[in-house]
Amino acid sequence: MAAKTYGRVIPNLDLDSLNGKLLVVEGADGSGRTTQIELLRAWLESRGYAVDVVGLRRSSLVSEELNEAKKNLILGLHTLTLFYATDFADQLENKIIPALRAGFIVLADRYVYTLMARAVVRGADRTWIESLYSVALVPDAVIYLNVEPEVLIQRTLQKSPSLDYWESGMDLGLSRDMFTSFMKFQKLMQAEFRRMQKVYGFDIVNGNRSVDRIALALRKRVERVLEGAEHGEVEGVRGEGDGGHRGDVRPAIAGAGGEVERAGDGGAQAGIDRGPYEAPAAPPRSR
Amino acid sequence: MTLPDVKGKLIAVEGLDGSGKSTQLHLLQRWLESEGVKVFFTEWNSSEIVRLATRKGKKRKLLTPSTFSLIHATDFGDRYERQILPLLQAGYVVLADRYMFTAFARDVVRGCDPEWVRSVYAFAIPPDITFYFRVPLETALDRILSGRPSLKYFEAGMDLSLSADPYESFRLFQGRILDQYERMKDEYGFRTIDATRAIREQHYEIRELLRGLIDFPAYMKPAEAG
Repeated sequence: MAAKTYGRVIPNLDLDSLNGKLLVVEGADGSGRTTQIELLRAWLESRGYAVDVVGLRRSSLVSEELNEAKKNLILGLHTLTLFYATDFADQLENKIIPALRAGFIVLADRYVYTLMARAVVRGADRTWIESLYSVALVPDAVIYLNVEPEVLIQRTLQKSPSLDYWESGMDLGLSRDMFTSFMKFQKLMQAEFRRMQKVYGFDIVNGNRSVDRIALALRKRVERVLEGAEHGEVEGVRGEGDGGHRGDVRPAIAGAGGEVERAGDGGAQAGIDRGPYEAPAAPPRSR
Repeated sequence: MTLPDVKGKLIAVEGLDGSGKSTQLHLLQRWLESEGVKVFFTEWNSSEIVRLATRKGKKRKLLTPSTFSLIHATDFGDRYERQILPLLQAGYVVLADRYMFTAFARDVVRGCDPEWVRSVYAFAIPPDITFYFRVPLETALDRILSGRPSLKYFEAGMDLSLSADPYESFRLFQGRILDQYERMKDEYGFRTIDATRAIREQHYEIRELLRGLIDFPAYMKPAEAG
């Protein structure tokens, strides 16, 4: 089955025979996202799946320059957004697509949704940002680790006793003190993710819980995607145990019921049919 | 998308390499300055911050049509947000040597979706007037190629695999860009300048057009204090 994008296709991009799966984990810093990605990777690899992890600001093209520019705090909203979009497109073409073509499971430690939410919270036009990222590949699953700002800040401070300028949204001028700004910014981000969930059909996972319980919920969701891959989307049907890695599926999901909130039964796939892409605003003409 | 209202005026020049547009913009800048007008000049692909990334991408041939498009949009965004827009808001006449239409032409020739490229630039105010310096392809090519310059990989459109010979590739690439400009001139209401004429003749035509567009006293530099 050919992969899909959110409406626009990058030149020279062959969407056929992408045999791998693209799984996205979204969530704020301190949501346990990176820990969960590592657990997922280990779990998938132990079952014989080749895994590649991608994330934001990791392109060979612009990641250094983007990091440098972020330090200096001089980029405007649209510039920063476009810089991130360049980084994303580079990774999409040079990492994600080749890995999917080679049959890898690609775990994305954040994807376009974080970039979209940040830009919208900072005041970017929603239609503009949706159109910009309409070239993104539609993932096979998007899991959003939803963590209350009160829990986030405790976890963040446990890791390092200082707050990050950007994760606190200090550039928005929500408050002069970092703590208040962090709380306000994370609430805005959470609200934006909730809104996007209705459009893109994420799975929202309650990330306030223990690492193990979250891991279980994630595995359950990932398992559903992999079953679809191996058994033609037949829900609840599993390969007969042959002693191989597929047979390991069963115990992993035991007791994980009800851990995943879903927006109806379509999940991430529903986003494809509904097509969140809207035609961009009329192109500019001379005034 | 709602765009801000600004006091200033934005004047862009577009056209093929070798159309003489940069010469004309330079003369225009000199004239406006001599009239006491607050002028700011900006050119394509010149943001300090983004330049390193663009240079690396070009040198190592890392750019694809989409990243080529986006990195130039980033460069434009930086110049727009930190210079063009604030200066327009402060009542300057901003002169742009190439504007978003250059991206529309080049990126579409490279295979990007035309609507997508246009939407990427939808955050920016369109020019008050865009001068399109129109010349036959051969004239522009002669002006550029007669000195047998060393053409850079992306400049010659080598990434399009039109020809293994850089000069032939450049010819074909420029021809396609010309097609895009010809399509856009009505779409965006470009003011076409016949760029085969004498330089001074073109310049005086532009002066006349601007006298009708710009109320000069409103854009004068403030009198020096003291």
